[in-house]
Parts: sequence; structure tokens; C-alpha cells
Amino acid sequence: MTSRSTFDRELNDLKQDILRMASLVERSLFLALDSLLSGDPVAAREVITGDDAIDNLQDDIENQCIKLIATQQPMARDLRVIITGIKIMINLERMGDHAVDIARSAMCVCGQMPQKPLEKIPHMARLVQQMVKEGMDAYVHNDVEKARQMCMTDDEVDELYNLTFQDLISYMEEHPQSIGCVVYLLMVARYLERIADRATNIAEDVIYLVTGERQCLN
Amino acid sequence: MEVNVENKFVVQNLNLFYKDVQALRSISMEIMKQQITALIGPSGCGKTTFLRVLNRMNDLIEGVRIDGTVLLDDQDIFGPDVDVVNLRKRVGMVFQRPNPFPMSVYDNVAYGPRIHGQKNKSQLDQIVEKSLRSAALWDEVSNRLFKSALGLSGGQQQRLCIARLLAVEPEVVLMDEPTSALDPLSTLKIEELLRDLKNHYTIVIVTHNMQQAARVSDSTAFFLNGDMVEFGPTETLFTRPKDQRTEDYITGRFG
Repeated sequence: MTSRSTFDRELNDLKQDILRMASLVERSLFLALDSLLSGDPVAAREVITGDDAIDNLQDDIENQCIKLIATQQPMARDLRVIITGIKIMINLERMGDHAVDIARSAMCVCGQMPQKPLEKIPHMARLVQQMVKEGMDAYVHNDVEKARQMCMTDDEVDELYNLTFQDLISYMEEHPQSIGCVVYLLMVARYLERIADRATNIAEDVIYLVTGERQCLN
Repeated sequence: MEVNVENKFVVQNLNLFYKDVQALRSISMEIMKQQITALIGPSGCGKTTFLRVLNRMNDLIEGVRIDGTVLLDDQDIFGPDVDVVNLRKRVGMVFQRPNPFPMSVYDNVAYGPRIHGQKNKSQLDQIVEKSLRSAALWDEVSNRLFKSALGLSGGQQQRLCIARLLAVEPEVVLMDEPTSALDPLSTLKIEELLRDLKNHYTIVIVTHNMQQAARVSDSTAFFLNGDMVEFGPTETLFTRPKDQRTEDYITGRFG
């Protein structure tokens, strides 16, 4: 037993809750994209109703962090664990909201979406999901290298977003009757791009957690 | 506000032995003028011994041997022409437990100026008031200046000891756990006072209370087993210490 076993256990509980929140967010994102691409509204509804669980977990984590700061006077790495915990939790919560945004878009276009403009979305979605997963892997293993590498994917996502944007505009010009649908895809591309930025924030948080140094990777 | 980055003390390669036991090993550090420098570390690490080097209080202990240099404004405090009484006037000390003399509040503060030859009544009145005001105690004692200092609360007594020190116009104030015998409110008052005092004095404080070091100091040194493990800006030391031993100590995972 170390002199701070109880505190260590509480810090570990905090980490477990953040990972639990991350897995809920990853699942929401998966379901929202699945709903969009398959045209199945059931998954989209599950994302929208499931967001409360993510928000509740956010409140729990926030309360845990406040309690630990007030009662344990954390210093050095302990302080960084708690501060990055709060920041990662906020980024995850926003990702969850974007998953809901994607799910709502999916419900709006359900069954009416032409296949052609959807072509680039799955690739972009895969990259973004991979970034979220790798960001959390870096957090689990305190892996600075992985956090840095993951951020390089963000450039790819940004490029893909710009291409998708151009493609969708061209498509709408050629098929004005589809504008009502395709405009939702524009928004989905934007949400995905935002989620990738949030994942990059998490990578920066991991680097700060491990090294104490701030780096801007976005 | 302009940041003052001049040295007050420069310590170079300081070693201190109590007979055969080495209590400080090769300590080198610079203590900046008009800053608060905190010394932290577990019991027996050498931080109080180091503090007592700075005004040669260890001279009073038998069997102490010191090598290395300690410069105060570029003058070696162990030099042959140094007057130790004058050194301790320039570098005063406040101790763990408040130790007012068993005399009136006024006489406590006037004690130092009197033994240094000040006899003028109105001059003494001025010094006493100014010192008590600087120690944030005047408002609480101005109507009982001629009553015994022993009737004051612990926190007031400690501020009285600070006023007594300020009355001889020191340049440096050394504090050896000045709040460890005080309640939390008195502690915060002393900490506020330290922030005011640093505009005019250089302050070095030994504390067991890491939160106190974090709250009040500009720089912090971590001592362990006679070594100075790490010394740097307080903010850096408490958020991202460089040495694992510092990290273990300040996060309470020591030993």
C-alpha cells in the first residue's frame, strides 16, 4: 500500500469512467454513420436517445474531478490527470453531440439519398473513427508517439472534407432537385471534420498529461 | 509591475557537517531579491539547516563545519571581516513558534531599535507604528500597545514577531515554518502579509505545508537527504517537476 492508495484508486476510477464515456461516444458515432449509409432510421433513434447516458456520465466525471481537486489538493502529474480528464470529457461530450447531429441528418434523408454524393463519406468516416479510437488508445497507454501520429490523419481528413465539399456543391448544381437531401451531407461532412478536430484536442491533452508540455497539433 | 531579477544570495558548492555527519551536500543556488523562495522536503532533509546557514545561526551549534561560499550582495558571509550581529540584523529570522518577549507589545517592537542605540521617544513611536502596520497588526493592537504581548492570540503573536524583526529594518527575512503552530485563518493572514512584504524584502521560507509553498512562493527548492534535488519557478515545480523524486514527494507518494 502506498501513502495515497485511496487517491490512486479514485484517479483510476476517473480514468475508467472516461474510457466508458469514450466507448459510448464511439458507439454513437458508429450507429449514426451506419444509419446514414444504410438508410436505417432505427440506429439513428438509438443514438439520439443514447445521448442522455453520455451527458450523465459527463456530469459524474465533472463531479469526481471537482471533488478530487477540493479534497486532495492534487499536484504535478495528479493535477494533470484531473485537468486532462476534464478536457477529454468535454471533447468527448461534443463528439457525442456531433454523433447526434449526424443521426438527425440521417433521419432527415432516410431513403431519399442518391448514392453518388455519398461516395466519399465512408472513407472520411473511417478515418475519423480511427482517430477517435487511436486518441483513446494513446490515453490508455500514455503513448505520446501514438498521439502525435494520430494527429497527422487530421490533415487527411481536412483535405477530404474540402474535396467532399467541392463534390457536393458540383452535384447540387447538376442535380438541383437533390439539394434538400445533399445539403445534409454537407453538414455531416462538417460534423466529421469537427470530430476529427476534437480527437486532435484529445491527442494534445495526452501529450500534456504525459510530458507536462503543451503542443498545438491542429 | 517590473520584475526584479537581481541576486540577493549566491550559494556555491555549500557543504555542511555536524561532526562526521554531512547534512548538506554541494548546494548551489541563487536567491533572488524581493522574491519569496520556499524550501520544502521531508524532516531531516537539510532545509532548516540550510536556512540557518544564511544568517549563520549554525555558528551557535557545536561541531558544525561548513565549506563553500555564501555571498550576500557579493560579500562572503563567512569572510573574516563580517560582523555576525550586523549580518543577523540584515538577515532576520522568524521561528516556528511565536516567541514574543514577556513585555508589552510596544517594548517588543522597540526592543531591537533600542539595543541598536535608538533612544528618541518620538522616533521609537514612529518605528513601532510603522513596523506594526507593515506586519498587518496595528489595527488590532493600537489600543493595547502597553499591555503584555503574551495576551495576544498565536497568530497575532507571530505577526508581532515579524513586526519586531521589521523594526530593525532587515533586508532578508528567513522564516522557519512560521505558520505551523497557527490556525488556518491566521495562516492565511501571514501568507497575505508575506506577499506585501516581498515588495521590500527578500523572503526565504521553510515549510512542511506544500500548498503553502505553492500559494506564496516565486521559487521553490526541494531538499532530500542533504541534496538539493530540484530548484525552479514554483509554478513549474508543482505542475511538471523534472525529477521523479520531486514528483513523488509533492504528490505524496514518497518512500
